[in-house]
Amino acid sequence: MTKYLIKRVLLALLSIFLICMITFFLMNAVPGGPFSSEKAVSPQVMAALEARFNLDKPLWQQFVMYMGNILHGDFGISMKTGREIAVTLKSCFSISAKLGGSALIVALFFGVIFGCVAALYRNRVPDRIIVFMTTLFTAMPSFVLATLLLLVFCIQLKWFPVWDASNKSYLLPVIALAAYPTAYITRLTKTAMLDALSQDYIRTARAKGVPMVWVIFKHALRNALIPVITYLGPELAYILTGSLVIENIFTIGGLGQQFVQSINNRDYSMIMGTTIFLAIIMVFCNLLSDILYKVVDPRIKLES
Amino acid sequence: MAVLEQILEDGQEPLLKVIDLHTSFTTDNGEVQAVNGLSFNLNPGTTLGIVGESGSGKSVTAYSIMRILEANGHVTAGKILFQGEDISSYSEKQMADFRGNKISIIFQDPMTSLNPVYTIGNQIVEAITLHQEVTKEQAKLEAIEMLKQVGINDAERRFKQYPHELSGGMRQRVMIAMALVSKPSILIADEPTTALDVTIQAQILELMQELQKKYHMAIIIVTHDLGVIAQMADEIVVMYGGRICERGTAEDIFYNPCHEYTKGLLKSIPNVDNMKEKLVPIEGSPINLLNLPKGCAFCARCAKAMKICLEEVPPELRMPDGHLASCWMNVKNNNYITEEEAGA
Repeated sequence: MTKYLIKRVLLALLSIFLICMITFFLMNAVPGGPFSSEKAVSPQVMAALEARFNLDKPLWQQFVMYMGNILHGDFGISMKTGREIAVTLKSCFSISAKLGGSALIVALFFGVIFGCVAALYRNRVPDRIIVFMTTLFTAMPSFVLATLLLLVFCIQLKWFPVWDASNKSYLLPVIALAAYPTAYITRLTKTAMLDALSQDYIRTARAKGVPMVWVIFKHALRNALIPVITYLGPELAYILTGSLVIENIFTIGGLGQQFVQSINNRDYSMIMGTTIFLAIIMVFCNLLSDILYKVVDPRIKLES
Repeated sequence: MAVLEQILEDGQEPLLKVIDLHTSFTTDNGEVQAVNGLSFNLNPGTTLGIVGESGSGKSVTAYSIMRILEANGHVTAGKILFQGEDISSYSEKQMADFRGNKISIIFQDPMTSLNPVYTIGNQIVEAITLHQEVTKEQAKLEAIEMLKQVGINDAERRFKQYPHELSGGMRQRVMIAMALVSKPSILIADEPTTALDVTIQAQILELMQELQKKYHMAIIIVTHDLGVIAQMADEIVVMYGGRICERGTAEDIFYNPCHEYTKGLLKSIPNVDNMKEKLVPIEGSPINLLNLPKGCAFCARCAKAMKICLEEVPPELRMPDGHLASCWMNVKNNNYITEEEAGA
């Protein structure tokens, strides 16, 4: 187990390094730079700015210097705003994580419940309704749902402000963000639950006198959750790091919006900062779901 | 004298009485009538073998008694009396209390019958705490003791293991341990050895016999394996198409089969002493349970079928040696005795 974890962490560091390298060189290959889009500055000012951010040095040397700074925990400052990257990331991530975390909890909670209900009432009215809703929400793009929610609840009914960072205004984006994962988890849970309920060990549990409620929640559900966990790992990373679409529509200043902005601005240090941050979260969530796997299903061995 | 008879009579009170059991499954193609009017008695401490080919309704009978049929299956008629009490009228809650407590069942495939995500200890302890008022620690001790009883070495270590860490034979032992924790008076074994290899088969059967003596329990063994039946059963019920063809002691069935189906079954077993003899399979395939014939269920595959076989279900008649068979051939050959003659 420890050996496995060490191996995985080392591999993760390698992938993060590779991501850094690719991003760094690709970013520099794109025409334009952080200071080229503004109104013309004098060559002296330009040279001073470039010297300040080491942009006058050869590319490989810039890369080595950047990686060295990162190893010391220094992400540098934004080339656009001059603010510390680490501080900006922290404040953006707290918003995105709050939004994404709530959405994921909502999705997991309702997804599992709806999935169980659909499995237990298979081919009856509750199942039909749930199947219809899941098909609807898996088919509907999030920007359509988000726009509809805004139109109805903010513009027409005026129940919610569009965005003011109060807890209340998180509700609509959370719904918009949770709709797809809820529908997906519902379908996963239903299929897995139906599969689990038809297994021999369910018959064994009934035969030894386990009441039906416990048969479902102790014996079937734990087995049914295995595929849900597989889905959860990457989804957790995706949803925590902010949805570009939802954050833009609701004008939420989260990580997703920051990411898009930094690319538009050619804000090199910001692009690198967000990329590394997203990569770390992605790798970490995948590792987490693999470990969670092992916890739920003892048959899985973590030694590779 | 009368008192003695009374005692004998009481002693013979069957532990389990199944009366005219009908079970069917609702499918898209219609009602599958899996069991059609089955009756039998089971006496304390004895072993009843139910034998028949796939689809003869033998496992369905076992599940009907335990009421663990799949969602589309239901007992449509009949009564099941356990120690004189009608368990077929029990509520689902009463039944959950009854299962695994008074009657237990073990299944065909020990590889899939244990929940893969819980330790075997957890699963046995669950069975104990469901039916007994004991603490977790007591239950654990009891579970380990039970594992030793079924011949599992190193029970403390096995207790903490998951099903996938055990071999097939070992898992079936765990199933038996789990079934017997509440000292049930009946153990139903649904093809208990089919999925095991031959040496393990023998061990499991021996273990069952040993525990039967120890706990004085009755066993219903459901199988298609006549060898297993011969080794285990005091009484045998031969089933075909959800009905009983023939029943009697092991001796009656093996040495004096009186139903064409039983005869066919016996002819299809290889004989070690005479390997040159050709095996005779029973021609045709099992009947379609969606559409039961009006007459004898075996009629379509029977070489000796007569006109009456097509039209009427054969009555169950007492053979001269005392066992029962339902075949029109016996009527034709006048090979039966009346109940009065049997009593005399």
